[in-house]
Amino acid sequence: MKEHPRTAPQKGFNFDYLMWLFTRLSALGMYLIAIVGVTAALLMSARQNMSVADLMRWAFMPNPNHVVNTNIPNVDTWKGIFWNVMGILMLLFAGGHGLHGLLNVLEDYISRTWVRNLLRGLVLVVWVVMSAIGIYVILTS
Amino acid sequence: MGLKRNVGLMEGLRYQGKGPMLTYYLHRISGLSIVIFVALHILAGYLSNQAWGSSTGLFINSIYESWIFQIYIFFCALFHAINGLRIVILDLWPKLIEYQREAIWIEWLVFLPIYSIALFVIIRSGLGG
Repeated sequence: MKEHPRTAPQKGFNFDYLMWLFTRLSALGMYLIAIVGVTAALLMSARQNMSVADLMRWAFMPNPNHVVNTNIPNVDTWKGIFWNVMGILMLLFAGGHGLHGLLNVLEDYISRTWVRNLLRGLVLVVWVVMSAIGIYVILTS
Repeated sequence: MGLKRNVGLMEGLRYQGKGPMLTYYLHRISGLSIVIFVALHILAGYLSNQAWGSSTGLFINSIYESWIFQIYIFFCALFHAINGLRIVILDLWPKLIEYQREAIWIEWLVFLPIYSIALFVIIRSGLGG
């Protein structure tokens, strides 16, 4: 394998450290959103009207499209500004967490500096585009 | 130096990392699977609901609704969540890293019962029960 020398990651307060911290904190944030979602769903008669699989689907993304195929009689309390905010937070946490993880894996196997910079740019573009599409889907469903 | 790597594929596979190495691999594989799944699922939702009721979106979602795919993606989601919680706890309280092998045993003890029950439910409803 051809060697491509590169500098060691810097210590201290920088982008890589911030993303390291963001990965951990967004994981905890996603746990919190899922717990809030499951608790609220159980209070909104999920026990009688939803299967476990549908409850899981709702926990991962609180979107009314995940509820319309269940026995819930009225989805009005399952949509609105609160669930939109929760859904968008989940989307942004998961998107940043997942795409930064993808970058982490890719950079373990790629050592050329210009390819790494190109990939960083590509992942940023994918993140912006997918977040925009996701927010649009959440707000219009 | 960690930055110089001259390890071939076969040498890498023979590396005896045991439990921690297995979770490292599974964390990466499940993470990448979830990224691909979520990205395609957002696009499928957009295509089938917001953009002209496209059949491409419905086709992608019909794959996701099949029970064989659910067995795979639930493994990824559950393992990534539980292993991720272990990583977060050990990283935010670095003194605990001494007990990471024990932490991995606890992790499997939490993962296996939950996944077994889910597997039973998914397969039973998948076979039309």
